[in-house]
Amino acid sequence: MPLSPAITDLERLKAHPAIARLQAWNSQVVEGVKFDRDEMSIYVERSSIRQACALLRDDPACPFNFLSDVTCVDWYPSEPRFEVIYHLLSIPQKERVRLKVRLGGDAPALESVTSLWPAANFFEREVYDLFGIRFTGHPYLRRIQMPENWEGHPLRKDYPVEGYR
Amino acid sequence: MAHLTTAPQLDSGQDRTMILNMGPQHPSTHGVLRVILEIDGETVVRIMPDIGYLHTGIEKTCEAKFYQQVVPLTDRIDYLCPLTNNLCYCLAVEKLLGMEIPPRAQWLRVLLNELTRINSHLVWLGTHAMDIGALTVFLYCFREREDVLRLFEAVSGQRMMTSYFRIGGVALEPPLDFFDRVRDFANRFPAKVDEYENLLTANPIWVMRTKGVARITPEDAIALGASGPTLRGSGVDFDLRRDMPYSSYEKFNFRVPVATEGDVFARYICRVQELRESIAIVQQALDGMPSGPIKADSPKVVLPDREKMKTQMEALIYHFKIITEGFSVPSGEVYQAVESPRGEMGYYVVSDGTAKPYRVHMRAACLANLQLLPAMCEGRLIADVVAAIGSIDIVLGEIDR
Repeated sequence: MPLSPAITDLERLKAHPAIARLQAWNSQVVEGVKFDRDEMSIYVERSSIRQACALLRDDPACPFNFLSDVTCVDWYPSEPRFEVIYHLLSIPQKERVRLKVRLGGDAPALESVTSLWPAANFFEREVYDLFGIRFTGHPYLRRIQMPENWEGHPLRKDYPVEGYR
Repeated sequence: MAHLTTAPQLDSGQDRTMILNMGPQHPSTHGVLRVILEIDGETVVRIMPDIGYLHTGIEKTCEAKFYQQVVPLTDRIDYLCPLTNNLCYCLAVEKLLGMEIPPRAQWLRVLLNELTRINSHLVWLGTHAMDIGALTVFLYCFREREDVLRLFEAVSGQRMMTSYFRIGGVALEPPLDFFDRVRDFANRFPAKVDEYENLLTANPIWVMRTKGVARITPEDAIALGASGPTLRGSGVDFDLRRDMPYSSYEKFNFRVPVATEGDVFARYICRVQELRESIAIVQQALDGMPSGPIKADSPKVVLPDREKMKTQMEALIYHFKIITEGFSVPSGEVYQAVESPRGEMGYYVVSDGTAKPYRVHMRAACLANLQLLPAMCEGRLIADVVAAIGSIDIVLGEIDR
C-alpha cells in the first residue's frame, strides 16, 4: 500500500463524527485537521481541551469513551514547542481519534482531563514528569518515573541523552 | 471514584490507622512495585502504588537509535511478551513506511504472538497462584513455559529477548523441524490446561480467595483505562485482535472469553480460556501457513540475504547503507495498538523524515491497569491486595519503561 498524501483540508474532513461534533459546538475549537495513514488527528484550541474531550466522550452516536493514552512531543527549538497528544478510542464503534494541543515553551500548562477519565491520572503525571507540562486541576501532580528531587525533564529535546554531567 | 479526585496523601494524623510499606522488594509485587497502604487493623483504608524503580528511559534511548536498532530495545519493555512488543513496533514503523508484509511473515507473526501469549499467561498463572498459596501450579506452569521458550530459542536463538520480528518481516526462516515441534506442543498443551484447572477452578480455597474479591464494574474499568483480560473480566467484550485486527488476525477464528463478575476469579477464568483460544489460533496458523517470502521486497529497508550480500555488489551496498546510515522514514506519525497478554499495548511513533525516530512512546497496558488497584482494594483485607495485584498481571518493565 503506497502512501497517499495527507489530507489537511478541514472542508473535506468535516463529515468525520468527531470533527462534526466539535464544530457544531464551537466553530473555533478545531484549529486544524490531518488525515494521514488512516489516522485522524484534530488540533484542538488549547483552552477547550477538557470540554472537547467531554463532548467526544458523551457523543451518543460515536462515544469516544476510552482514553487510550496521553503523551507529548517536543518540537524544540520551534515554537509552539510542545504538542500534547490524546488518543481516544470508541469501544462501541471501534474508532480511534487523536486530539492534539499545541503549547508554547514558556511555563506550559493545560487543563487536566482526570475529571473525565481517572485513567489520565498516571498519563498526565508522566507527561508532567518527563516534559514539565503542568496539568491544572490534576489531583496529584507529582513526579512518577523520576525521583522527586530530579532536575530537568528528560524527554525534552534539550535534555542530553546521557543526562547532565 | 472519590479516591482519585482527592490527593492520596497518606498522613491522616490520627492514631487509628497505620502506614504500611509493601515493596519494592516484596515477592508478591512481581518486580519492583512499591505500594503504600494505610490500614485500619487488617483493612485497607487507602492504597497508593509508587512506581519508577525500573525506569530506564527507553523512550529517550529510542530517539538516539536508528529505526532498526529500536527493535531489541522493545524486547526489554515487557520482558514476558517480547514478541508482542516487537510486533507492535514493527507494525507502527511499517505503517509509517507504507510497507506491505508478505503473508507468510504475517502468519509467522501471529503464530509466535500466540505462543508469547501462552508464555506470558503461564508466568502469570504460576506466580499469581503462588501468591495466593497454591505452590504446585507454579511448577506445572513453568514446565510448559520451558517448552515455549525452547520454541523461541529454535526460531530466534534467544529464549527471552527474541527480537525475531524485523521491520519488513521476520529475521529468519524457522528451522525445518520448527512447525512439527509447535504442532507437538499444541497437541499436548490443552491437556495441561486441564491440569491447571483441576488444581484451581474448583478448589474451594482458591475460590474463596478469588470470588467476589477486588471487584471492578465495567464503567470503572473503562474510566480507569483498563484493557485486556482485566477489562473483559468486567464484562466489556473488546479485543483488539478481533475488533481492530492487525497482521491478518481477521483470517483466524477464535472466541474472545468474557466474564461478567469483575472479580479476581473472573479475570482468572478469562486468561485460562485465552490459553485455550491461543492454542486454537496456533493450530490454525500451522494448518494454513502460506509459503513464500518472509521479508518484504524493499531493499532499502530490509537487510539482504547473507548469500546475496556475499555475491552481489548491489546487495552489499544496501547492506552497508542500512547498517551505517539506517533508512529514512517519511515524516508523519502513527499510533499502532496490539492486544498484548495484558491489554492494549500501543506504540506512538513520530518521524521527522530522518533515519532515527523523532519520538517513540509506548502505551503500557499495565500502567493504566495499575490505576485500578485503589478501586479494587480499598475497604478490603491486606491479603486481598496480593490477590488483586496478581489478577491485573503487572510487569514493571512495561510500567516504568
